[in-house]
Amino acid sequence: MDDFVAEKAISVLASVKRIPRESISLDSSLESLGLDSLDVITMLFELEKEFQISIPDDEARAVRNVRDIVEGVRKLLAGASLESRASAD
Amino acid sequence: MGERRVAITGMGAICALGQDVGEMWSALRKGHSGIAPIESLDVSSLKFRNGAEVRQYRPEQHFDPNRADLLDRFAQFALLAARRAVQDAGITFEPALRENTGVVTGSCLGGQSTQDAGFVELYQLGRGRIHPLSIPRTMANAGASHISMEFGIAGPAYTVSTACSSANHAIGQAFRMVRSGEIDLAITGGSEAPFSLGLLKAWEAMRVVSPDTCRPFSKDRRGMILGEGGAMLVLEPLDAARARGARIYAEIAGFGMSSDAHHITQPSVEGPARAMLAALGNAGLHPEQVGYINAHGTGTPGNDRTETRAIRSVFGAHADHLAVSSTKSAHGHALGAAGALEAVATILALREGILPPTANFTEPDPECDLDVVPNQARPASVECALSNSFAFGGLNAVLAFRVHNT
Repeated sequence: MDDFVAEKAISVLASVKRIPRESISLDSSLESLGLDSLDVITMLFELEKEFQISIPDDEARAVRNVRDIVEGVRKLLAGASLESRASAD
Repeated sequence: MGERRVAITGMGAICALGQDVGEMWSALRKGHSGIAPIESLDVSSLKFRNGAEVRQYRPEQHFDPNRADLLDRFAQFALLAARRAVQDAGITFEPALRENTGVVTGSCLGGQSTQDAGFVELYQLGRGRIHPLSIPRTMANAGASHISMEFGIAGPAYTVSTACSSANHAIGQAFRMVRSGEIDLAITGGSEAPFSLGLLKAWEAMRVVSPDTCRPFSKDRRGMILGEGGAMLVLEPLDAARARGARIYAEIAGFGMSSDAHHITQPSVEGPARAMLAALGNAGLHPEQVGYINAHGTGTPGNDRTETRAIRSVFGAHADHLAVSSTKSAHGHALGAAGALEAVATILALREGILPPTANFTEPDPECDLDVVPNQARPASVECALSNSFAFGGLNAVLAFRVHNT
């Protein structure tokens, strides 16, 4: 699950910025990857579509590196699965 | 012909704070905010809930049904504000004056809600056709055209679209034409009606809209709040205004423009600073003569920090003796109408000697360390004021106003 989220998030990032996946690691800062504010909102838009989640603006604003993204997505996915379990009950 | 001084002799406005200039000013000086839950459409699918809408607005009170059919809400606001400004100025359009009058309006979006509704019919409801009046209702110059038709104004008329700077660019163009002698009267300002689901969704995706309210320069600011409305000014040469005994609200003393040449959405310090300097230079003002700035002040983290730096770079030590407020905290960010509403606020600040506050202010931000007139209007006699507009796309337009002492 963990690797899956990281892999997918890195794929999204690579495709948004049109850079090789290999140039991206968990420790890469968005700044060092050359992402500006519009790249960031485009990346968030694609992540939301990929993972079927909704990323709140305040959390989005706090994202500085790839690890922040992966952890944020995991948290939202965990919240979503808790919600769907609760509604299934 | 030498350059003429330019007076503002009429004003009309409609916005979330009220449906005329009196209501708007009364709310501004009380520090009231028109920001409230959006009522005109279902916002349950949006991340934000609040806007600065014109409430209890009834088009049928202002336009006969055949006329209203041709008018998107944004054009209604333009025409309504223009009617009030003309009436306020006491102008009668004699044939000779009609050809020497210009109309310059600003709008970022034109009749986008007409377009949005048409696309719902076409794509969602599968009706396979679009209303035949969609094009004349949607075109961004509809406001200017209807103002021209209503009063028989036959001089230059056009619309400027520079996102959030539209109205300031428009007023600046009209000012230049009156100042140079190209025209003898101008109706100018801006209008906007951004509340459609399609457009709000697009703003949501930009992640710049606040989930609560608009708190410019406050440390806990979380973004802008969209607003709607319109405002128009009547401009004429100062000498002509005096000769006909017109009430003179203030003068437009100068206008400055610049472009950032930097980024399509990120603001810069240098571009806005150059526009303020250009406005001061064009007006022949020393920075020390400016006592008030109606800031662009959107309430986004980026704009307010950058604008603070730009103001400091232009005014140096005098920045600590300036009052700077953002009335977007009260009437919302009305995009292409913003500069026009803010012109009204700035003109009345000069005339009444009362500076409208930055509403909803909670906490000082060291990165916005200016006197932002938090929450309470302030009596102050100010000689000159600037009104800033800095658009997405890096297009900056700054108006300089001078008090008129009778």
